[in-house]
Amino acid sequence: MSTTSMRPCGDFRTSYQQDTTIFETKFIWAATCALIAALCAAPFILDEYYISLFIQVAYLGVAALGLNILVGFTGQISLGHGAFFGFGAFASAWINTTLHIPVFFAIPLAGFMTMAVGMMFGLPAARIKGLYLAIATLASQFIIEDFFARADWFSGGSSGAMAEPVDIFGFVFDTDQSFFYIALFALVSMYIWGSNLMRSRDGRAFVAVRDHYLSAEIMGINLTKYRLLSFGISAFYAGIGGALYGHYLGYVSAEGFTIMLSIQFLAMCIIGGLGSIKGTLMGVIFMVLLPESLEGIVGMMKETDWGNIPAVVDGVAYLKEMSIGAVIILFLIFEPEGLAHRWQQIKNYWKFYPFSY
Amino acid sequence: MNFELLTQLIINGLIVGLLYGVVGMCFVLVYKSTQIVNFCQGEFLLIGAWVCWAFLVYLQLPFIVGFLLTLVFMAGFGMLLQMIVLRPMIGEPIISVIMVTIGLSMFFQALMKWIFGVSAESYPKVFSQETFEIFGLRVEAAYLMSTGFALVIMAAFYWFFKYSKQGLAMRATAFDQQVAQSLGISVKRVFAMSWAIAATVSATAGVVIGMVNGVSDSLSVIGIKVFPAVILGGLDSIIGAIVGGLIIGVLENVAEFFDGQYLHWGNLYDIAPFYVLLIILWFKPYGLFGTKDIERI
Repeated sequence: MSTTSMRPCGDFRTSYQQDTTIFETKFIWAATCALIAALCAAPFILDEYYISLFIQVAYLGVAALGLNILVGFTGQISLGHGAFFGFGAFASAWINTTLHIPVFFAIPLAGFMTMAVGMMFGLPAARIKGLYLAIATLASQFIIEDFFARADWFSGGSSGAMAEPVDIFGFVFDTDQSFFYIALFALVSMYIWGSNLMRSRDGRAFVAVRDHYLSAEIMGINLTKYRLLSFGISAFYAGIGGALYGHYLGYVSAEGFTIMLSIQFLAMCIIGGLGSIKGTLMGVIFMVLLPESLEGIVGMMKETDWGNIPAVVDGVAYLKEMSIGAVIILFLIFEPEGLAHRWQQIKNYWKFYPFSY
Repeated sequence: MNFELLTQLIINGLIVGLLYGVVGMCFVLVYKSTQIVNFCQGEFLLIGAWVCWAFLVYLQLPFIVGFLLTLVFMAGFGMLLQMIVLRPMIGEPIISVIMVTIGLSMFFQALMKWIFGVSAESYPKVFSQETFEIFGLRVEAAYLMSTGFALVIMAAFYWFFKYSKQGLAMRATAFDQQVAQSLGISVKRVFAMSWAIAATVSATAGVVIGMVNGVSDSLSVIGIKVFPAVILGGLDSIIGAIVGGLIIGVLENVAEFFDGQYLHWGNLYDIAPFYVLLIILWFKPYGLFGTKDIERI
């Protein structure tokens, strides 16, 4: 519980409650609330461009948190998260248009549908792990992608599916400014849920499965159950994120959910820090801003007379892809614990100043 | 049932399967000696094919010279890659290692697109005669060459691991790194060498496929198609990789046959290997020839 507003030097945790608290001090709690309140005011102040960036962070962030629960907390590898994200988008559009369930309820239903699919493809995890699991999920990525192209009744085949905007009691959230609140609500609630999950019995079981699965099994943790549950929760998050994406764009096409997207989700988790909820969000923000800033830099270079190199200006799309690949490699070599770890070090530096070593 | 078409497709499958086998062998080689799952195997094919294409088209070199230069380049490339990127990853958890190779794959794929563009380019003509008749079946010269290449590479692998000193060192390292080290084998060199071999041999496969289908981005897909093959054969078995490659090659083409003749689903050619992959992982995760991992507590 947040009893003090400042923590003393060192990290003393004397009770179990202190150890599992989400907000370590009152100040962090207040700062988080202030940030959320400030974000609520954002649509009135900020440019449309930043609003759309934030919405992007929100739906990717929800999905990436799911992957981090699976990869970072449970230690299972999934290369099929992009496909689940897509499945959520299609499922929500399908539930809304075919079953005429309002979008607001279609989104969680799509999450549960994706959860079922995720658990089905997670079944191999009951027997295999590590590398074999990575390859099994790679196969599921291709199979689901193929399903999108094939199942006209579900995804509209090559022409894609239309997704209605979210509406609650007749108020339609069809502009960026209004959808911003939906995205913010989803992001905050899913992150709170994720943080709470990790404090619970199930969350601790996930971590135990990751750290040493044999010890976990000996302690009475049902490995199959928790691996499957982790796959299910991860797919649930992906489904919610995908559904938000679908209803935000208003149109879902099968092309976007390739292995590339799955890799980007993994990259977000790694850059942010595996096994860190706060880090996931940092990773997502990094990965959203990276291509944008690259484009900005190239755009600025185009204006100058020395930087207008045709190869660079025309190849921006490739440069973006290359930068994602390069960032993954560089982070894994130089900062394998991600931005969350770096943030912790910066905090420690100030906390222990001038004896930061 | 159209038997002639089926036979033709099965033969195509065997030829392509041999190439899968060759690429799969490289994959297994890297996995066995360095415990790294190489997701950028397909990019080796792609880079090799493009580099060779550049030698032939831009520098106008004769095929043999350009090809040999490509092999030299790829050997250096594989070694450097291992030394710069993968050496720091030794001892890291498996997810990090997988992600590094995925990152490499993404990087090089985009780099190749950036340098050489996205459209497919064909090689200058190497053979005077395009197709041959063998037992009444039409076989392309490049396919014959690819089969020849694949068989030569396989024989070379066999000789290398059975009789050469370096091959023995690699086998020792694969068996137990600490024991190999205590016997005076430089494990670092073995690692670098296995990457060099994998890059070179994959590049050969890339050039051969490029000569048949033209060089394009789609070459890197082979790197992914190899997964069903090596899992089917067993991840740590070289023989398994060849058998798995052949089975997957034939299966793909048979799937295409049934798809085209009866089912009309479309796309089954690409997706069938992955269904097989999932089924194998379900029932026999260590493949046909792989060794079962038994863990000690």
